[in-house]
Amino acid sequence: MPTKIEKDAVTGTDTTGHEWDGIKELNTPLPKWWVYVWLACIVWAFGYMLLYPSVPYGVGYFHGLLGYSSRAEVTHEVAEVDARRDIYMKKIAAEPFAAILKNPQLMQVAETAGAITFAENCQPCHGQGGSGRIGYPALAAGAWIWGGTLDAIRQTITHGIRSGDAAARDSQMPPFGKSGMLQPAQIEQVASFVWSKFYGHATPGHATPGHATPGQNVTAGAKLFAANCAVCHGANGEGNPAFGAPRLASHVHLYGDLRAAIVRQVTDPRLGVMPNWNGRLDPATIKAVAIYVHSLGGGE
Amino acid sequence: MRISHAFIERNSIVLLVLALLTVAIGGIVEIVPLFTIETTVEHVKGVRPYSPLELRGRDIYIREGCYLCHSQQIRTLRDEVARYGHYSLAAESMYDHPFQWGSKRIGPDLARVGGKYSDAWMYAHLEHPRRLVPESLMPNYAFLADAPLERRDLLARMRTNIDVGVPYTASDLAQAEADLRAQDDPGADHAALEQRYHGAHVVPGNGHPTELDALVAYLQVLGTMVHFSDVTTEQVQQ
Repeated sequence: MPTKIEKDAVTGTDTTGHEWDGIKELNTPLPKWWVYVWLACIVWAFGYMLLYPSVPYGVGYFHGLLGYSSRAEVTHEVAEVDARRDIYMKKIAAEPFAAILKNPQLMQVAETAGAITFAENCQPCHGQGGSGRIGYPALAAGAWIWGGTLDAIRQTITHGIRSGDAAARDSQMPPFGKSGMLQPAQIEQVASFVWSKFYGHATPGHATPGHATPGQNVTAGAKLFAANCAVCHGANGEGNPAFGAPRLASHVHLYGDLRAAIVRQVTDPRLGVMPNWNGRLDPATIKAVAIYVHSLGGGE
Repeated sequence: MRISHAFIERNSIVLLVLALLTVAIGGIVEIVPLFTIETTVEHVKGVRPYSPLELRGRDIYIREGCYLCHSQQIRTLRDEVARYGHYSLAAESMYDHPFQWGSKRIGPDLARVGGKYSDAWMYAHLEHPRRLVPESLMPNYAFLADAPLERRDLLARMRTNIDVGVPYTASDLAQAEADLRAQDDPGADHAALEQRYHGAHVVPGNGHPTELDALVAYLQVLGTMVHFSDVTTEQVQQ
């Protein structure tokens, strides 16, 4: 490989001096601006190493002359914003609900903070605007299971339902079918009664063996309801927030509007769980969420 | 003798030695800091190895490529701390091999998803995400509910974790099968499980876990091991 650097006649640039099968290559120098930027980057890198955390030692590392730490920075930033929010959030935390409701400025803050927090934390189950889904209660008038007052909502959000929190709301609907307290035919009767009387369906279910007509089912179901269900759900299906017994005389039903859903629930009830949010949200934010939920249209 | 470009190019041994030296500098800069990795892990209480069911759930998580859309790292940015909670600590991933850090957020970060939703929600959402979150673009994972969890290689998987530094003990291995089944059975006795794996979340199964059971057990423990009310800022300032 002979090395013979020549000047190329056309461009006036030196060749690399290599020749392969008669092909020669220009040794075009890197653009000056590029070389200077590259050198500047190296200088900048040394400056960065000096100012910011960089070189590790055996134990620990060089912290840099600026003493920068992303963790200290975010802690500081959060504290700064908290200080600005605290002007209002401290008042929301301290004032009773009645006073907050009368203060338009606090209400605006609470509803904004509540809406943002709701969208991130509550909406996955309760749906947009608290519309609810099968198995996840609607946050609307007539559908409150554990109470729809501001205090009741705050209590539910703070401690959850069957969440494992010491103060969680808890109740157990007995598994009437699974435990044998009611026979399958009796459950059909209760379901027919609830479905026609409280859910408002004109056709009261279907006939079951031993009770030839749907009408007979409903009559028998009414007696069974009074004996087994009314103690929690109320004689007129009005529900009882003290036991978390859903209102049955309503158009919004936790597990849907089908008769089969009643049969399933009486046979082997699903017991819904809501997490406690006291570990994740601060008390003022929980109050804000309660105010937002209350304002969705169904607060009591 | 001047070491010119032309000289180096024409003497293979010199070229080899100089190339080795150059690459070694890059290697040392990248590798040596890893020898001090122990010093970068914060000393906080509560982080424990995954229970057998959680470990298997983690395997399912990785197999299904959940990490392609979900990271497990709350970065030190104010908006992330406001949305997800305390920024992630290195200590929280010390038994993760490999860790699940990242910034790929097609779905939300899952570093603290444990306990955020009920078990029923987790199952329903994994099976059919859009029934609960209409705008979701997550695939359905309903098939996991029909897939019995492969358990024959459980011990091999735990031993592999021991090889890379996870401190499972001999009794952890001996009780692995029992722990795995207990965590999938709300009716079982959970004292031994709780003693070995504090805060292990029992999922509503029947003692014969499906892949979905394991995945939910894993998701429900994420970010729950460290109680940040006990942790001071100084402890985690490296």
